[in-house]
Amino acid sequence: MKKTPLYDRHAALNAKIIDFGGWAMPVQYTSVIEEHRATRANAALFDICHMGEIEVKGPQALDLLQFALTRDLAGQKTGQVKLSALLNDRGGIIDDLTVYKMDREFYMLVTNATTREPDFQRIRSLLEEKKFDASLSDVSNSTGKLDLQGPRSEAILQTLTPDDLKTIRFYWFIPSQVAGIPAIISRSGYTGEDGFEIYAAAEKIGAIWDRLMDAGAGLGMKPAGLGARDTLRLESGMMLNGQDITQETCPLEVPYAWLVDWSKDFAGKTALSAVKQAGVRKKLAGFEMTGRGIARHGYPVTKDGRAIGFVTSGTFSPTLNKAIGLAFIDAECASPEQAIAIGIRDAVSPAKIVPLPFYKRLK
Amino acid sequence: MSKPNPTDRWYSKDHEWILDRGDGTASVGITDYAQEMLTDIVFVELPPIGKKVAAGEPLAVVESVKSVSDVYSPVSGEVIGVNTALENTPELVNRDAFGEGWIARLKVADPEELKTLLNATAYDALIREEKH
Repeated sequence: MKKTPLYDRHAALNAKIIDFGGWAMPVQYTSVIEEHRATRANAALFDICHMGEIEVKGPQALDLLQFALTRDLAGQKTGQVKLSALLNDRGGIIDDLTVYKMDREFYMLVTNATTREPDFQRIRSLLEEKKFDASLSDVSNSTGKLDLQGPRSEAILQTLTPDDLKTIRFYWFIPSQVAGIPAIISRSGYTGEDGFEIYAAAEKIGAIWDRLMDAGAGLGMKPAGLGARDTLRLESGMMLNGQDITQETCPLEVPYAWLVDWSKDFAGKTALSAVKQAGVRKKLAGFEMTGRGIARHGYPVTKDGRAIGFVTSGTFSPTLNKAIGLAFIDAECASPEQAIAIGIRDAVSPAKIVPLPFYKRLK
Repeated sequence: MSKPNPTDRWYSKDHEWILDRGDGTASVGITDYAQEMLTDIVFVELPPIGKKVAAGEPLAVVESVKSVSDVYSPVSGEVIGVNTALENTPELVNRDAFGEGWIARLKVADPEELKTLLNATAYDALIREEKH
């Protein structure tokens, strides 16, 4: 398994390590529930070095991304982050990724860990096909990433950076310094809380981790693993690539229709238009259990005894104290308040569709 | 650090304990080591009263936030009672795995079967090995 630059720190903290897409990652340090609650109440620090970073440079960097990605990036300002989707020719989602506009001819794409190579290959083949004047480089190995999430993130990070963090709006970033080390500070994340994603050179990320651990210790910050990251993102209604979304899923079937700009041409548009014309038959919907049990990935979903789909993500929600999940089901069954049922081992347990997100922080 | 394994009961290699009540019945639960490995137990699926199980067959299900684990019956028998307190407070298994976190009570089919299990000393050794 591949290790991030922080692996030894996780081992020293007695983290439980799991294989996540070929990476040895901490799933928890003490307890998923403790780490989850620390994120909602105070702050938590996550090792996200396994995610991918691809740089796109050149006079036609924007043209390439406009063609490769579904979202309209024409209005994106330097210093702004945009979530977008990369599709295959069938209109299926290869990745949901964030686009950082570093400069007029310089972008950074932040990819999921397991989609880094498929993304790179897809974008490279589109570049070659259209002969854009742009270059791609995968800088994942030399780039470290930490997520600092939770209401006290700003107070913690502010002690280590000269820039005023209050000036960074949600989904914006600045090139800055953390503990004297050059870093990109982005106000964004995957937990539903205020917080930051921090990028720095891989060999320096350990020093930033150490300083943040010190700075956060008195403010109730904890290191948190992928277990809490998963329950936090699910409560906030965010999807996990490879689990809720696969290459067979199109943006219209999941809450990603807003990422698609129909006024421009983009790779996968022909197939996606056909889906739009025909109407989607399946949809991803949020549900909560009204009966006993916890729905898990792959469990069958029924309505009035008829099979309508399956659970893509399911867990016990530490904030709401109930079992919640996402299910990929027949579109006509996917509207809120509809009664469904989940097959849990030998039993069938009632559930109902609810609007997303399950949890929204008070601003 | 998990709590010491009480010497009054038997243990399975799958980390269940069984306590002979001396009247042909026995209580079953998971060990403190097992609950520590699982952490954050948020759901326990109890077996129906009257369910007949063979040694090594699934008796109950214990779920943490992340995982779903079967609890195997250490011996053959019939379920004559379950710990209904776990329906609303599954965390009792984390708090007191050897006591209030018990899962089911069995009518033991063959008391001789208990002797095929591990005693506390042998179970201590098994855990030490697993930790390495």
